[in-house]
Amino acid sequence: MREFDYYRAGSVRDAAKRLAASGNAMLLAGGMTLLPALKMRLNEPSELIDLGGIDELKGVKLSRKGAHIGATTTHVEVAGNVELRAAIPVISQAAESIGDPQVRNRGTLGGSVANNDPAADYPAVALGLGATIITNKRKISADSFFVGLFETALGTGEMVTEVLFPLPQRAGYAKFPNPATRYALVGVCVAQFKSGVRVAVTGAGPSVYRLEDFEEALEGDFSSDALDGLSVSAANLNDDMHASAEYRAHLVGVMARRAVAMALD
Amino acid sequence: MDVQVSFTLNGKMVSAAAGSATLLVDLLRNRFGLTGTHVGCDTSQCGACVVHVDGASVKSCTMLAAQIDGCAVDTIEGLSGNGELHPLQQAFHEHHALQCGFCTPGMIMSAADLLKRNPRPSELEVRDWLEGNMCRCTGYHNIVKAVRAAAGVMGEEGS
Repeated sequence: MREFDYYRAGSVRDAAKRLAASGNAMLLAGGMTLLPALKMRLNEPSELIDLGGIDELKGVKLSRKGAHIGATTTHVEVAGNVELRAAIPVISQAAESIGDPQVRNRGTLGGSVANNDPAADYPAVALGLGATIITNKRKISADSFFVGLFETALGTGEMVTEVLFPLPQRAGYAKFPNPATRYALVGVCVAQFKSGVRVAVTGAGPSVYRLEDFEEALEGDFSSDALDGLSVSAANLNDDMHASAEYRAHLVGVMARRAVAMALD
Repeated sequence: MDVQVSFTLNGKMVSAAAGSATLLVDLLRNRFGLTGTHVGCDTSQCGACVVHVDGASVKSCTMLAAQIDGCAVDTIEGLSGNGELHPLQQAFHEHHALQCGFCTPGMIMSAADLLKRNPRPSELEVRDWLEGNMCRCTGYHNIVKAVRAAAGVMGEEGS
């Protein structure tokens, strides 16, 4: 790694001020993606602002609006929260499917959504549930937040502080993990609300996205049979050494059916 | 820049100055001479560098030394006490759960975290937990046996 300055922030205000003041600083949460990226010199920040000491960014709270999860809450804390598992089990199931135990002990929700890896699990759950990403400046709907490959709507000096997941009637997340990394080759989150059904796909395209024709079919009949006859085009899907675009297109249908079955279970 | 860190290392308070880009594993090995923690892949996949930070297993190649200020760090060197092997170490010995031994410290530190959370894991739970620890010699079979044997011993002792 190239040298950088290290700063341990004491509060969200402190971190945001520091971030805004420096042209090339980056935020460090769990570091599970950032530190490997620094080793490969994919990023060369002048300073890392460590959020690890900020208590106000940690924790899970339930309210009538849904589940409020602080940005630096780790995957293991999310997976182990009993009230959350009872209220919105799909979040817990996605959290416990990430990486391996050591990654789950360090990696954070905020880090995952802010990074927007095209194969990450949390973006699918956030988009599938129609979550609200709360920053130090504003509230952003998941539909507007995930912009493209490793790209989000976050602006300069802006940081994720919390994600609010609304309470679905039922939901499921199924993924076909890459056997080496446990990232999703394809992962699909399906969620049913009074207002309609949402289907979000990760791993298949350059960024997480919604599948409108699946949503319409499931709104008419929330069962995996409702997806019969629907096919997914391989055009513009990821194509690499791990899976072809055609195979990923096939997996989208398979994982969507599994996610519906999990939601109905 | 250098960052001053104070932390508990295997039960003792220590302090050190570390470069801001220094990894925890390099601090442990180079500054404190604790070479039981290995660097295998250096990409947080293989698990040879697993140590405990505040009781939770982490990959020390993917943490900055600067991040451990105020934490408690436990390494493989701190696992045995009074000249006696830890039940996991004893079980790895008895079940021939290693060949070259390079992955072993990380395997044992990872398994120790599992047994704290789940004192009686099934074979499937052990295999699933060891997802982040790679062994290129044993085929994992004897490692899984050793972890389950240690769980039995530790259960009998009520620890």
